[in-house]
Amino acid sequence: MGGQDLITQLKDHFGDQIRDVNLEAIDPWIEVIPEGLIGICTFLRDDPQFGFDFLSCLSGVDYFQPDPKKAAKVDWEPHLELVYHLWSIANKTSLVLKVILPRWKDGVVDELPEVPSVAGIWRTADWHEREIYDLFGIRFSGHPDLRRILCPEDWVGYPLRKDYEMPVEYHGIRCR
Amino acid sequence: MSEFLINSWGWPPFYAHACAAFVAVVLILHVIAVGAMFFIWLERKVAGRIQDRLGPTRVGGKFGWLQTLADGIKLIAKEDLMPADADGMLFRVAPYIAFCASFSSFIALPFATGWVGLDINVAVFFVVAILGLEVFGVILAGYASASKWSLFGAMREAAQVVSYEVPLGLCIVIPVTIAGTMDLTKISNLQAGWFTNWYIFHDPFTFLTSFVFFSCALASVNRAPFDLAEAESELVAGFHTEYSGLRWSFFFMAEYGSMFLVSALGVILFLGGWNGPIPLGQFVFGAHAAELSGLAFFLVNLLGLANFMFKVVLGVTLMIWIRWTLPRLRIDQVITTCWKYFTPIAAVMFIGVISWQLLGLPSGGDLLPLHVDGRPRLSGDVREQHLKGAVLPQGSADRHSAARRALEGNLVRVGGGH
Amino acid sequence: MSTVEKTQIVEFDVRTDEMLVNMGPQHPSTHGVLRLVLRTDGEIVSEVTPHLGYLHRCAEKIGENLTPRQWSPYTDRMDYLAGMSMNLGWSLCVEKLMNLHVTEKARHLRVIIAEMQRIASHLVGMGVYGLDLGSFSPFLYAFREREKILDLFEEVCGARLTYSYLTVGGATADFPPGWLEKCESFLEQFLPVIDEYHALLTTNAIFIKRCAGIGVISREMAISYGCTGPVLRGSGVDMDLRRDGEEWYTNMYDGYAFEVIVEKDGHYPNDHTYPAVPPEAILGDSWHRFYVRMLEVRQAVDLVHQAIDCYRKAEGSCGDPVKITEKLPKGEAYLETEAPRGQMGFYVVSDGSAIPWRVKARSSCFCNLSVTSDLCRNTLIADIPAIIGSLDIVMGEIDR
Repeated sequence: MGGQDLITQLKDHFGDQIRDVNLEAIDPWIEVIPEGLIGICTFLRDDPQFGFDFLSCLSGVDYFQPDPKKAAKVDWEPHLELVYHLWSIANKTSLVLKVILPRWKDGVVDELPEVPSVAGIWRTADWHEREIYDLFGIRFSGHPDLRRILCPEDWVGYPLRKDYEMPVEYHGIRCR
Repeated sequence: MSEFLINSWGWPPFYAHACAAFVAVVLILHVIAVGAMFFIWLERKVAGRIQDRLGPTRVGGKFGWLQTLADGIKLIAKEDLMPADADGMLFRVAPYIAFCASFSSFIALPFATGWVGLDINVAVFFVVAILGLEVFGVILAGYASASKWSLFGAMREAAQVVSYEVPLGLCIVIPVTIAGTMDLTKISNLQAGWFTNWYIFHDPFTFLTSFVFFSCALASVNRAPFDLAEAESELVAGFHTEYSGLRWSFFFMAEYGSMFLVSALGVILFLGGWNGPIPLGQFVFGAHAAELSGLAFFLVNLLGLANFMFKVVLGVTLMIWIRWTLPRLRIDQVITTCWKYFTPIAAVMFIGVISWQLLGLPSGGDLLPLHVDGRPRLSGDVREQHLKGAVLPQGSADRHSAARRALEGNLVRVGGGH
Repeated sequence: MSTVEKTQIVEFDVRTDEMLVNMGPQHPSTHGVLRLVLRTDGEIVSEVTPHLGYLHRCAEKIGENLTPRQWSPYTDRMDYLAGMSMNLGWSLCVEKLMNLHVTEKARHLRVIIAEMQRIASHLVGMGVYGLDLGSFSPFLYAFREREKILDLFEEVCGARLTYSYLTVGGATADFPPGWLEKCESFLEQFLPVIDEYHALLTTNAIFIKRCAGIGVISREMAISYGCTGPVLRGSGVDMDLRRDGEEWYTNMYDGYAFEVIVEKDGHYPNDHTYPAVPPEAILGDSWHRFYVRMLEVRQAVDLVHQAIDCYRKAEGSCGDPVKITEKLPKGEAYLETEAPRGQMGFYVVSDGSAIPWRVKARSSCFCNLSVTSDLCRNTLIADIPAIIGSLDIVMGEIDR
């Protein structure tokens, strides 16, 4: 991809909705605000220049350092990151989208942060989003069937968050 | 035997009959039980060889002869399990119904001339009817298990067996029309002589019918590729999902018993029963077993038994071979095959065979010269006379030769030069 | 008047109830511990809901507490039928993060191992598919050949299933002396065996009846659901990461001649040597997925031959595995590789220490399986194993 040109074009098109661009990273990425996600994804999929018709992977990353000593050294505020790895079958190019979310909605613990679901754009996102909901506790608004997928439905907590602690007991089974 | 006891030893008829029945039952049961054991062993061994394995090798010395016995002991020793929600009585009764149905058909199955538990003149009808009862055991098992998989298996079995009785029945009727009797012993004896006398070679229609019969028989005893009732990749184990130990082994035995039975039925109806490809007994003793007595009768019959068993085992081996080669059909395909292919084909074959008879076209038996006791297929009262003569083991020679003269006088065409 | 007629119709009609059936997690043909809840009306399935997670072993969480080389054995246990491919994907991803190039010899060694693994994995996929359709013998024929590959792998690394052989920086050891000759003689005797498989399954009338036209995934559906590997190519999408992937991965196959196995204008590449596509088969059905796998086995044999030649010519060592406690550069990398079951992606985020901040495995079977509820609607119960089997899933990879 004539990376720079296309990114510029994308920026022209969406303006403020693209918050950050990093083309020097190993996998170049652009950061998108949650409100603009659906628009940008639909554009990226349907515009023949981009043609990102294939969502390779959708991952969550929790930036939170539970150890206070180490937390003092890190250069970021605690947050959650959603990483969308896109692939274009026609152009054989890839692109990474990032969405940054607060760890809890409005800072209230146990209020899950929300992001629009892209399951309507790539159906593969259906299960990936369920997995992220299950393991990270991110609510995908507009998802057709947001349930836990890997953990049991009555599991408590979001295991891949850095401050997660394994429950002592689950239905009478000792866990740790 | 009962007559012998009454006449020679002066036993009261009731005790004589009871004793004879008891001996027959014990004999048949042993034949079946040992047969089932043998077939289970055979299945494992053949499957092993087909799949590049050795199969059982250890129990009982060479070839793992006693593997089935070891399995049986294991099954007896297993805990008797029944699902909590199962209908207890029906659950317990089901395997016995299947087992009894499969095994009681053997009562009317002759193994050689006169060597039959109960010589009845509607043996074909009896065997098929009783064999059809096996499905009740399976349906009960599926219903009483309180498992959805079992229920699926039972419903499949019901649909399949009921459907396949139709083409199977049509196929059975064909040799019956040729022979003009439903007595299995007579049907078999009518095929004596060279192998061309076997009904499979009677005419092109019977030849095709025998293949349809074999396929339908596979389906009616639930063998692959028609083993839908216990399709392990779909229904876990189908109707016997919840069975274990000895109860399960009854279903197992019933399956192998039925395999033996349909194979035997096929052998009698199409493959000449206990008559070998070459009429050895007739060369040596100058007559068919039905006309011999004493030691000669015994020897010829023993040879016939060996013939019969060999062919039956061959049939069962074929079933085993097919099972380990082919994938399974789907339920709709099985039913389609039955109603759209087998039933019409069998019906056409039936009409074909009748026309062949009616037109008096030459049959396979006319191809080879040996023409021992009026083998050509005849019609009307001539055949009746002939049958009367042929089936009485100690029938008087005069009556027989008179019958034969009558036959030869009435022959439309003579099969050979004697 | 009309109401009376209606009640009569209702009376004469057989009333049936829908039934919910649990297929799995203990079921012979759900390939492990997949649980499908079927809504059935008699034999007809109106709805299928897959439930996952019975084999969830928290691999990603464990990955956040181990160094990449320590985590390598955990990747084996994801797709336990293609452990080498998992190792390779993970190693390449970490190497991409570290910008570490392996030696030429290690590159060819990896191709040999990865393609041998592909053969072994597809053999299981093929055999088990036969089993799903009720034919037991092909399964054992497939395992017989796979066993020989496992023997070869055992000689290389000592393990038969969970190898941890390919690792960050190369491989843990070079091939033992004489191994290449053994590998070549295996391939030589293996080629005619493929024809046996075709005779036993591919061209079998019942087999074709059972899987042709069943579970058709259209091209658009396959792409939208993120299906990959033989499932995607079986739907006619011309994509194989070994040719189209990121440079970091395609460099491994640099100089190799192979054609992507996909149907173009009704023909597969070099299909004159294979049984013809039956007229009943529709592009994207179970039969095509099975066929693509079978052709890939043949293709992998060619690739191994080429790789052995290249390996013999290559000089130097078979790579130098990094220290277990090697520090990772700060950053993140994502790499997908063409594993036997589809595109296996690994995502690694590092904060500069030896232990990654976050590890994510993008499972190919996870996406391939997500298509089931759409695919299995209004099929017969017997079609469910035929469809699930053709997706060739491994639950260890889905649940991670």
